[in-house]
Parts: sequence; structure tokens; C-alpha cells
Amino acid sequence: MTEEIIIAGFGGQGVLSMGKILAYSGIMQNKEVSWMPSYGPEMRGGTSNVTVIISDERISSPVLSVFDTAIILNQQSMDKFEKSVKPGGMLIYDPNGITRHPERKDINIYQIAATDKATEIGISKLFNMIVLGGFLKYKPIIQEEFMRKGLEKSLPERHHKLIPDNLKAIAIGSEIIKAYHTL
Amino acid sequence: MNREDIIKPENLVYRRTPVLTDNVMHYCPGCGHGTAHRLVAEVIEEMGIQEKTIGIAPVGCSVLAYNYFEVDMQEAAHGRAPALATAVKRLKPDFFVFSYQGDGDLAAIGTGETIHACNRGENITMIFINNGIYGMTGGQMAPTTLEDMKTSTSPYGRDTSIMGNPLKITELLAQLPGTCYVTRQAVYTPALVRKCKRAIRQAFENQKENKGVSFVEIVSNCNSGWKMTPTAANQWLEENMLPFYPLGDLKVSK
Amino acid sequence: MKELKLMKGNEAIAEAAIRYGVDGYFGYPITPQSEILEHLMAEEPYKKTGMVVLQAESEVASINMVYGGAACGKRVMTTSSSPGISLMQEGLSYIAGAELPCLVVNVVRGGPGLGTIQPSQADYFQTTKGGGHGDYRLITLAPASVQEMYDFVGLAFELAFKYRNPAMILSDGVIGQVMEKVQIGDYQPRWTDEYIKKSFPWASTGKNPNKPHIIITSLELDSSKQEQVNIRIQNKYKECQANEVRYEMINCDDAEYIFVAYGSSARICQKAIQLGREKGIKVGLLRPITLWPFPSKILGELADKVKGMLSVEMSAGQMVEDVLLATKHKIKVEHFGRFGGIIPTPQEVLHALETKIIGG
Repeated sequence: MTEEIIIAGFGGQGVLSMGKILAYSGIMQNKEVSWMPSYGPEMRGGTSNVTVIISDERISSPVLSVFDTAIILNQQSMDKFEKSVKPGGMLIYDPNGITRHPERKDINIYQIAATDKATEIGISKLFNMIVLGGFLKYKPIIQEEFMRKGLEKSLPERHHKLIPDNLKAIAIGSEIIKAYHTL
Repeated sequence: MNREDIIKPENLVYRRTPVLTDNVMHYCPGCGHGTAHRLVAEVIEEMGIQEKTIGIAPVGCSVLAYNYFEVDMQEAAHGRAPALATAVKRLKPDFFVFSYQGDGDLAAIGTGETIHACNRGENITMIFINNGIYGMTGGQMAPTTLEDMKTSTSPYGRDTSIMGNPLKITELLAQLPGTCYVTRQAVYTPALVRKCKRAIRQAFENQKENKGVSFVEIVSNCNSGWKMTPTAANQWLEENMLPFYPLGDLKVSK
Repeated sequence: MKELKLMKGNEAIAEAAIRYGVDGYFGYPITPQSEILEHLMAEEPYKKTGMVVLQAESEVASINMVYGGAACGKRVMTTSSSPGISLMQEGLSYIAGAELPCLVVNVVRGGPGLGTIQPSQADYFQTTKGGGHGDYRLITLAPASVQEMYDFVGLAFELAFKYRNPAMILSDGVIGQVMEKVQIGDYQPRWTDEYIKKSFPWASTGKNPNKPHIIITSLELDSSKQEQVNIRIQNKYKECQANEVRYEMINCDDAEYIFVAYGSSARICQKAIQLGREKGIKVGLLRPITLWPFPSKILGELADKVKGMLSVEMSAGQMVEDVLLATKHKIKVEHFGRFGGIIPTPQEVLHALETKIIGG
């Protein structure tokens, strides 16, 4: 199993930390992982993306141009990465703020209204975990117990009391994600 | 008194400090460097810290200072002595560390290292020889060259409208919170030599108390570069250098 | 006890410095490697191991602080990225001339000039051919993973002290920024002053009353003596070339074509190998781990077996010159690279092999 993922959105949406939690959980499940961020001025308020690879084998390139899954959280990222999904691959996006919806017909596309849901139930900080939950529903590459361990490893100790909330957000994500276009 | 009497220990009136090596110094006759070396070496001897002292030599006339001080010595790149001294002192805090630099090294190419070592308050002693000229390379203009002073790169005198102004780096360093002792001395008369030695002693003693940088400027002559006899150079120093670079303590922290 | 962590390459350098018992770090922030100094300051190793960590006023000051610390027989290091490393060249020449050990890490970004902060491998010439003035070399290690970023800190100091010469870890923005899992070791104690005094008689450790003082210098005005210094240094380099070449071979056994690549390019080539083999192209990878000394011998041997080599570098073609020297024009050798901070894709790399070597 090798899963090559790009997560892209605005800085501040928790793009990098979502990737980090996924990567750490992968380690907990004894997978090979890599997490490669965009860096530089992009970090400061602009777009932000991270390439996460989870694999059973030694990972070759941490930098990729095509992906099994693209998780897209703003329009700029849609414009940039929709075309980078491998044929037959998966695109997940939050329709909030999207003016041009994905048009590809050769991939599976899912919508997750995570921004609206997070605002509605007052957990906007866990927006990214809702998205992650949506991803894990269709790509269950990490088991829940290892997600828990990954959270323990990647969150500072003082935030460990929030782990149940994180897991709950992941569960909510798997409930609200819906198909937009499937093969 | 015959020869045997003369060499008896009780008749000894002067000897070379063992903190200077036997090597013949390359300095020009009449130059202040030799005296300044001797004073630093005597202070190290008198404080009994020869085995616990590391000195940093510069690039310039005193580039070979490491051949003369009988303590462990490091030869820095041009201007970087305060950076080396910073690391040595931080890695060996129980050692006494001094840099010995000229005006080109300390106040031109190494200004950044000088100011930042002083501003960080590194617990070191800095000896600064200011003779207003680049002696080693043949008498070019230094940052401390006086207005109208002739050098090989200001052959008609330093025109400050073109060549900029002489830099009073010592006054500048006295403003920094990291310096604890900043003084300007000279070594062209016996009385000044004795006074200068007391200043150098103070500058080393301060290291025992982690007070920050102790900075001793020595206004010196360069009879070769100034193209004068040693006596005339000393007189010129007194009449021209000292009015612009007045002697005395600029900063003494309690 | 080994501990498994998810770390950035830059953080791994910093953590390794603490755990290998490094005595001093002197550095100046520059993207894409500022996490090194940030991690060190956050970890406060001066409280744990007594390690000195200092943010200097410039890269020039940093390398000269390293010079002073190295002269004392301490394990000291600095890190920077390309423009900062350019500023350090004078100091590196002095350190090599004074025959002192130290570690410098370059997390390379694109140039020339201020260039870009994105990854590049365009500092190969600067690193392996000298950089500063005079005849000297840097022992150069090229990590291709976060684990190697960690491990090579220990290895670099070992080699630097063995040969009394500066060692360089030549990384790039990819390996510096990527997070991977890394096994980190226990805290090793720093060397004691007694150990340094006993082991390194050349170091400034305070004058021994029974011996002449120690002088650390790279100056020798007598040319006949300076020539002897150079001969001694060159002999040391020959010994290093004979003993310290390191490389990794991947899929070379049946290979008809070879990628030669180091660092992040080697990782990209591994992906290109997968893609190539899916298409039936028998391609392998020779990954130099030491860029100096360069693995010329094995490349020469491979040149008798394979049909062509592609040197893949994020530069306009620098290491390819060493590959050409090693293979003596026996086979077709070409370069493929992107530069200015652009990372080549595995697909591009494979395409270059197909067009420049196989079809070329």
C-alpha cells in the first residue's frame, strides 16, 4: 500500500498539522511516512500545502507531481491541484468559498462541508480533523487506535485533553462527506 | 662589580617575562607594539594565569603576535578576532581570553565583530592598538587616520569630504551596555607605560567577575608608516593624535 | 534505547547536535534552515548538556566562532544556506589551512545571488572544488533522508576529527523541510576538557608548563615550509580518498542505465526507477553519499557494464563533470536538471533518460 496525498488550502486552516497528524499516525501503525510542506512566504497567510505519503515500503521521492488523493480547501488550490490527481484517484474538497467546482470525470470527487459544520457546532479549530475524517472514510489506511496514538504524539501534552474532541471531529467528517462525482 | 656579581639573582633589576618567547620581534625599532606586548605578558605573569590564558592574534602588524606571547594562541582571519574570542571564552569559561588587534582589523574590516562582541558583553579583554595607519601593508589610510593626515592612499592628506571621517570606535564602544571597562592609554613615556599596565591588569581582572568586555585602546606610533624618527613620531603622536584621541578612562563600571 | 520521532531534516540536525554531545553551535538565521537554530534554542541544550548555542551577528562571525571553538579541540558547528555559506568561505579556508575539525551544514537554496529560498543543488562546485581560496577540500556528506541528516552529524564529526579538516553536510531545501521518521539516539556526554587535552595535543587547551605554547594558525611566510604544509594536507586528502568513499547502489545489478544522483535528487530518481521498470527499462541508481571524496572508482567499474548514465542534479550540471571524469568517456553520460528552486518530477527524470541516453 502506498498513498500519495496533497493537502492544500490557506495558511491557518490547519493544512500542515492535518498532514502531520496523519503522518504521525502512520508511524504509529508502523508505516513509512513523509511530510513535505510548501515553505517560504507562502507560510504567512497565503496558500499552504503539504505532500503526505504513507506506505508499506521505503518512500522514494517526498516531492511528487501527481497524487492518489488531493484534499483541496480553497479555490487557488483547486486550480492548481485538480489536474494533479492520478486518473482513478480521489479529490476531496470543501465547497466553502469554491467558485469553480471540479470538472474532472476520470476521478472520484467528494464534497465535505467541513467549514459550515465546524462553525455550526462551534468547533472551528477542529475543522481540519473533520476533513481528515472524510478522507479516512474512503481511504481507511489508518485505524482509529493509531489515529489516537498519532494525536498523542503530535499534540503537545497540554492539548491531550482535546484528543477525544479530535476523534469526535474525525467521526463527524466520515458522516458528512458525500459523493459529488464517482466512477 | 665584576661579571659574577652582576649576574647574581639579588642584583637582577630587569628580566624578560617568561610569558614572552625568545623570538626576536619583527616590529620596527621605536614601535609601540613591543611595549604593549610586554605589558600584556607581564600582567599574565603577575596574575599567574599563563596556563589558563588563550590569546587571539589579528591580521596586521601584530599578525605574528602568536610567536611572541608564550600562551596558547590562535591566529584569526582579518577582523574576526572577537568572534574567535567569543567562542573560546564561552566554551572555556574558566580561561582568560584576550584579543590583540590593530585599527584596520578592529575598526574597519572587523567592525561588526567588534561591536557585537562588545554589545553581547563577552567576558573578554580586548587590546586595541591605534596608530592611525596600516603599518603592515605599507602605510595606507586606516579608519582612525586623522583629518589631513598623509598616508599612501591619502597622499595629499585625508580629505574627509572624500574619504570620510576618522572613527572614534572606542567612544562608540563605551556606549554599549556589554562593555564594563573602556579606556584609552598610550605607551610612549615611562609614566604612561606604568599607567597602561595598570589598565591592562584591570582589564584582565574584570574577567574574574564576568563583567563583560574590557577594552583597552593604546594610542601608538608608527614611525615607519608616518615616515618619522621614533622620537619625532612620539612628539607627533602627542601633538596630533592625543587631541583627537584623548587619553583616560571612558567607562568604568562598578 | 532508540526513540522513533517524526522530524524535519533541519530539526534532526539540531537534535543530533545535542545528542551526539556537540560543544557549540554558532549560527545566523536563513531560510530554509532556520529551524535548526530555533530547535536548539527551544531545547535549551545549555541546560541539558552544557552545549553552547549562540545566534551570531552574521555568517562571517559564525564561521569564525567555529574557528575559535575548533581550535580549542571542541566539537563545534554552524549551519546556513547558500548565500550564508558563501560568506563563510574565507573562514572555511582558514579552518582547513589551520587543520581544524568542524561541521558546517548547507541546506542549499537556489542561486545565484539572493536567488530563491526553494531547494537546489547548485552549490556542488562550491562545496567539492574548494569554495574559499587555496588548495583544500571539504569532506562532504550528502544525506538523502531525515535519518541521514541525524546520523551524518555523528559521522561528520568522526571524519572531521580523524582528518583534522572541516566536514560539510550538503543538504537542500527538500531534505531540510521534509518530515520523516527518524530513530534518535541517547544523549552522549560531551568530551571532558581532560579528554580533549589528552587526545588532541594540537588544540588550545592552556599552556603546558613543560612544553612550548600551542599556536593555531594558517600563516606560514616561508614558502618552503608552506609547501610542506600543503604536501601534508594533500597526503591527508589522499588517505581520505582511499578510505572514506561512501555510496549506495539501488537496482544496479541488472541495470543497463544508471542514474547518478545525491540527496533529494536521488529520492526522485528512485521513483523514476519504479516508473522506468514498470515500462521495462532496466535502470538503477548510484547515489554518492560522500561527494568528496567522490565515488569515482565504482562509477568507473559501472561504466564497463552499463550503456549510459544520467547525472540528475538540481543544477545546470555540476556533478556530471565528476561522473565524466570517472567514466572516462567510455559510455554516454548526460546531465538532467531543473534549477532556480524547481524540483524535477520523476516523470521528467525518466523522460530525460529515455530521450538523452536511451534514444539519444
